[in-house]
Amino acid sequence: MPATAEQIEQDLLRPLFQSSGKYWIAVAIATSLLLAGVAAFGYQLYSGIGVWGLNSPVFWAFDITNFVFWIGISHAGTLISAILRLTNATWRRPVTRCAEAITVFSVLIGAIIPLCHIGRPWLAYWMIPYPSERHIWPNFRSPLAWDFFAISTYLTGSTTFLYLPTIPDFAAVRDVSTGLRKKIYRVLALGWQGTPRQWQRLEVAMHIMAVVIVPVAVSVHTIVSWDFAMTPVPMWHSSIFGPYFVAGAIFSGIAALILAMALLRKFLHLEQYLRPIHFENLGKLLLTMSLLWFYFTFAERLTAWYGNSPPEMAVFWESIRKNFAPLFWTMVVCNFIIPVPILAIKRLRTITGTAIASACVVVGMWLERFLIVVPALEHKFLPYSWGTYRPTWVEDTLMASSFGMMALLYLLFSKFVPMISIWEMKVGLQSHGGVPVVVPAESRPVLEGPQ
Amino acid sequence: MAHKWGMVVDLDRCTGCEACVVACHAENNIPTAGEDQAARGRAKHWIRVERYWEGDFPNPRVRFQPVLCQQCDEAPCEPVCPTYASYHTPEGLNSQVYNRCIGTRFCANACPYNVRFFNFYNPEWDKPLQLQLNPDVSVRSVGIMEKCTFCVQRIKAAEIQAEAEKRELKDGEFTTACAQSCPSKALIFGDLNDSTSEVARLSSSNRGTKLLGELGTKPNVTYLERGTWDNASHG
Repeated sequence: MPATAEQIEQDLLRPLFQSSGKYWIAVAIATSLLLAGVAAFGYQLYSGIGVWGLNSPVFWAFDITNFVFWIGISHAGTLISAILRLTNATWRRPVTRCAEAITVFSVLIGAIIPLCHIGRPWLAYWMIPYPSERHIWPNFRSPLAWDFFAISTYLTGSTTFLYLPTIPDFAAVRDVSTGLRKKIYRVLALGWQGTPRQWQRLEVAMHIMAVVIVPVAVSVHTIVSWDFAMTPVPMWHSSIFGPYFVAGAIFSGIAALILAMALLRKFLHLEQYLRPIHFENLGKLLLTMSLLWFYFTFAERLTAWYGNSPPEMAVFWESIRKNFAPLFWTMVVCNFIIPVPILAIKRLRTITGTAIASACVVVGMWLERFLIVVPALEHKFLPYSWGTYRPTWVEDTLMASSFGMMALLYLLFSKFVPMISIWEMKVGLQSHGGVPVVVPAESRPVLEGPQ
Repeated sequence: MAHKWGMVVDLDRCTGCEACVVACHAENNIPTAGEDQAARGRAKHWIRVERYWEGDFPNPRVRFQPVLCQQCDEAPCEPVCPTYASYHTPEGLNSQVYNRCIGTRFCANACPYNVRFFNFYNPEWDKPLQLQLNPDVSVRSVGIMEKCTFCVQRIKAAEIQAEAEKRELKDGEFTTACAQSCPSKALIFGDLNDSTSEVARLSSSNRGTKLLGELGTKPNVTYLERGTWDNASHG
């Protein structure tokens, strides 16, 4: 725990002014992944989307899997950060900024994927309701039109949610920098002087956004689930999909947050800020979500099995016993069997432990989305028209590039914005009567109460 | 009275010759996918003849089931399209407006019959097949969906002709390419609102069923079938 306000400012501003060789290597790798994806997309535009592995009847596969995956990851910031803010959990202070940044970038990636996946990406703007010479508005009955509005609202909302608490920190950077950098941060800081009136307004705005963003986040992933649930496809047409997707999204979001925090801690030397207690608390949340995920999966599968409708059972057995069984059981191992013991046993709920569990969950939740999309499309009703799907190198490259884009945006963000909120950390010091605190009493988990 | 186009598929008459498939390709400018692409599941047939085998050696039976767009009254493909490219016409057709389509492929996923097809590439014809393209039918470009139209170009041509001659359309005056080419007359097309038409009469046959009728899609295609195969009497 840093002792003084000066120490906090010095530690957290350092990454903005100094970068190691490792940082530039990471930027180079992420950039090349992103560029590989841009090249693959260019090739796809030039040749036709036939260079993907899609076919009749599997018209969605890696594209929509990754779309749902990234929109799911985005629930790290909003829900975790907003709920922790609203419940006044003081241990949240070093966590919120990295979470909110994950949200903005993964929603952005999630929003780009459908634009790349449609047959004629150059006409994507037809999703926007605008008075055109065609005299046609979007079809508001279509879940894809809901998606468009939900995701654009979410992107706007989560960007605001990230920006508001960053304003005082932009001002802090402005005050210590010179030249062009000072000019840029002056604009970003929006004239922040730290007057009591400004603080009061910021608090109100942050509180409003925290309240507003929670229903927005819940609605976004519900609507994403309705892309599936609103069709008569076996194993898609299910009322459990809304809450199942929201729970899955929070699950994968927390896992992504823990992974990002573990990496930031190591590479930005934030050991004093991101401490074992944060990983332990987030680990407990992850454990709750893992149990919830298992409950939803079990409920979904058991009702399908008892319903015993032949088209559903074709998809059901395909995923748990036949071609997709290895993926299905890997998913169960990654989402439940590995993380639960790690996260339930206090001795294992360490930084390494939670990071391992989180890595498993990220893989498992990607598989979950793939297993929702593909087996159902492969086995729709008339057995004569069943098909199989294999991804091509183009889809693999595009997927790798989405991870590259995330890494690049996050790396650049860490270069331009303090990854841990400086002013909120200082508030943490002040909340103990302005006395420099050496023992981290204030960051004891609120969930456990005072000890 | 408005028309309501429908079809009857008599499974007891179908021999599985696939003349309908060939006729449809020729009429509607559907390119052949080629061996490689077909193996990858890219073959496009607006009508296909499904084959199902029943029973084991020495008495196996093969059953043919021509499947085309069912032109559902409650079509799952229509509400899901964000750009109104899949659109219900006043005559009850599930039309696909090619130039509105942006290629989300949502309609194809929502269709329980898998009768919607995507243009993974721009279409190509082996020479000299490009010379036989039907001038009444658009050639579809890469990135859009297409499907059986009930030969809407023939419907429109006949309606315009009848209107010009100031008369009602007669049953059997025109038909779709698949029905026209069916040697065993297993496919019958016509106006379901014309109670004297053959298709209206056969649609109410007690042999009639709807394909996946339990889904509530209300298809305008009716399948006629005497019942289950009796292996003993055919064996």
